[in-house]
Amino acid sequence: MEMMDKMENNSVPYEHIPAEKFAFAQMDSRIHDTRLETKARGYFADAMLRFGKNKSSVAAAVIIGLLILYAIFAPILSSYGIDDKDKIYVSYPPYVESLSKFGIFNGAVVYQSVSDAQLKKWEAIFAETGRNPLIREIGKTKTVSKWRGQDRITYTSKVKVNKFNELGIRFRTLSYEEYNAICAWQDETGIQVLYPCVESKDILDISDDPNLWYQISDIKGTPVLDESGNFIPAYSKNKKQEIEGMEYNSLRIKGDDGSYIYYLKKSGAVNCRIDYYTYYQFVNGKAPTYLFGTNAMGQDLFMAIGVGARFSLVFAILVSAINLTIGTIYGAIQGYYGGAVDLILDRIADILSEVPFVVVTTLFQLHLAQKVGVVPAFLFAFVLTGWIGMAALTRKQFYRFKSQEFVYAARTLGASDWRLMFKHVFPNALGTIVTSCALVIPGVVSSETSMTYLGIIDLQAFAGTSIGTLMAQGQTAMTASPHAMFFPALYFALLMISFNLFGNGLRDAFNPSTRGVED
Amino acid sequence: MGKYIAQRLLLMLMTLFIITLMCFVLIRMLPAVELPPEDKHTAIVLARREAAGYNKPYLVQFGIFLKNIFTKWDWGVSDKLYFGQDVAAIFSSKLPATMVVNLYSIILSIPIGIILGIWAALKKNTWIDYTVSTLTMVTISTPSFVFAFLIQYFLSYKLGWFPFLMKAGTDWFSWSMFVSMLPAVLSLSLGTIAGFTRVTRAELTEVLTSEFMLLARTKGLTRAQATVRHALKNCMVVIVPSIFGEFVGILGGSLIIERIFGVPGVGSLYLNSINGRDYPMFMMLTVFYTTIGLLSGIVVDISYGFIDPRIKMGSKK
Repeated sequence: MEMMDKMENNSVPYEHIPAEKFAFAQMDSRIHDTRLETKARGYFADAMLRFGKNKSSVAAAVIIGLLILYAIFAPILSSYGIDDKDKIYVSYPPYVESLSKFGIFNGAVVYQSVSDAQLKKWEAIFAETGRNPLIREIGKTKTVSKWRGQDRITYTSKVKVNKFNELGIRFRTLSYEEYNAICAWQDETGIQVLYPCVESKDILDISDDPNLWYQISDIKGTPVLDESGNFIPAYSKNKKQEIEGMEYNSLRIKGDDGSYIYYLKKSGAVNCRIDYYTYYQFVNGKAPTYLFGTNAMGQDLFMAIGVGARFSLVFAILVSAINLTIGTIYGAIQGYYGGAVDLILDRIADILSEVPFVVVTTLFQLHLAQKVGVVPAFLFAFVLTGWIGMAALTRKQFYRFKSQEFVYAARTLGASDWRLMFKHVFPNALGTIVTSCALVIPGVVSSETSMTYLGIIDLQAFAGTSIGTLMAQGQTAMTASPHAMFFPALYFALLMISFNLFGNGLRDAFNPSTRGVED
Repeated sequence: MGKYIAQRLLLMLMTLFIITLMCFVLIRMLPAVELPPEDKHTAIVLARREAAGYNKPYLVQFGIFLKNIFTKWDWGVSDKLYFGQDVAAIFSSKLPATMVVNLYSIILSIPIGIILGIWAALKKNTWIDYTVSTLTMVTISTPSFVFAFLIQYFLSYKLGWFPFLMKAGTDWFSWSMFVSMLPAVLSLSLGTIAGFTRVTRAELTEVLTSEFMLLARTKGLTRAQATVRHALKNCMVVIVPSIFGEFVGILGGSLIIERIFGVPGVGSLYLNSINGRDYPMFMMLTVFYTTIGLLSGIVVDISYGFIDPRIKMGSKK
């Protein structure tokens, strides 16, 4: 159709091309076959070349490389181990002290409606610890409500808050050794950890808020301010010598004339008000650095994802290797011998493949986990049904190649069945088999993650954690700390997508029948 | 055709029988769950266990198990989760939630999937095709719980359009129930949509480049006529059986989605029976899920024979 259109539109009809426009293509030269001067390209090189043309697959390969590098190096680079579980910094957002100045990794959470009283409390924390919880106010809403017959106007703010600074001061009971160590550390570094005690009788008997250090006028914690609008400290000076705890020879806060007391003795230990952030520095030797935040267990997510991914990838490769071996041998026997052998083996594979994977996993866990451990039992579950796909693939390839001339030739020369199978037929099927492996790995990772996510398998004792476990933990606190779900999910989704893209690209590249289609 | 169907059904029953026997023996080999001593149902459960032949040889137990199912539809009594209640009764009470959610999901996803696939195939190698294909690829590769998280976080939490969990109650077709189901329905649908889009696109592009399409155009049909009458009809040969397969799959709930959105369905029952070690429940649901898997396979295969006259079932290869 298109050709017809073109010819009709052409201004010069092709019957009327003048004769002088024609020339002989070869008047003097003789026509014969010229020698091929290009180098012959092998199957593998050709496949690689075609793979390289597929941009998305190459990108996927690069991403897989990066994700694997992440799995290897993240747990090494992170200063935390899988057993470092902070009890206070639980489900905290990403925070890196040196970057927080630039407004990223600043431990920010958004609170939708915050009262003015709360804002005042944060101001007080800022005044005491010197670190401002409030990052910025996003908006203010005015609410008018009826209260005892009158209009009452209240303002609530939408704010962005640094969760690490918001924590402020905690009560903590320290042993004498730890107390002395903190004092020494304070003297050495000049960082304040211990803050003066406040007696609850001075703050209207409120005893559960460690951040209350100033004089208040009501039970809600409304502060009493001096003329210049500053908080008036309510630190205990212990004038009447009612409580034990006077001798303190370390760093004192600004405005302390030496009369504030910094700890209360309590049966062999001391009760203190500590700044948790600097206390953390004292314990860990560094400020909290959580690139991806912490999860519901108080683990560093940056490290935990790496640890989980390590297990997933190693496990998937192991499973694929085992299934590849079993599957090829099984499929080779099926395909090579055919007939009744094929029929029986096919039936067995059919039955096994129809058992739901959850059932296999569960039964193996129930029967074997006690005897051989959780991970081997899980591995057996994968191996029981995982090889079937590979066997079917190999069987098909064997059917394709087994009746070709070179196989007959080898048989005539007296080659054994085994030799025919694995020396002559198998190498021809290898390309297809290996490339399908790239699609098996994400399948295993995905099933493994689903099982740990659902809690059917618990790998925490063996591998520390797994991506599925991390996501299950993240899911529980999804609204308050979405990062705990987001980062593992992102890693996992990227891994799945790029593995599938890569696998598809590889399969197309190694499949000779698609050759030249895209050109 | 009839012979072929009978053959397939017989084969299916055999497979089902073997799987059931294997799972049954493996489950009965586990030590029975200990019962709370001071519960009024304990005596009943013990009596039922006695009747089910605990402590007898496994094959005898299996015989009693089958006999009870065929004569009384008695699948045993739950000994952990729903202590002392009939497993079959609990199961039937959970079935509607799963079916309704899955029904909405396929009603939503099949038309969208097919339309997207057709669109991408007709606009092959344009940005529309690339976008649809990329999204399909991403959706198929990403596991459902990642979507479930995104849907729950953005639609339910940030925008507040839907409740977090499915509403309790049995008013399956009320509006409020529908709204509370939507997050679960959407999470289930995305994968199905992507699957149908991919199949439709692949089939249709292949059909569109075949020679009878050229013939159809040559004999004077417009592009639209040729596409609808010849191309679509041919690519439906592949799509329609998978639609039938989906409909059988309505019965089986998704473990993950049902857990996340609190759907009181078969999937969450299954998960609870696994994590709670309720063996009679686990046994029944294992048989159920295996049957569904087998059935949908058969339905797909047989419907090929009905739809495509070129495929003669049961004829010698």
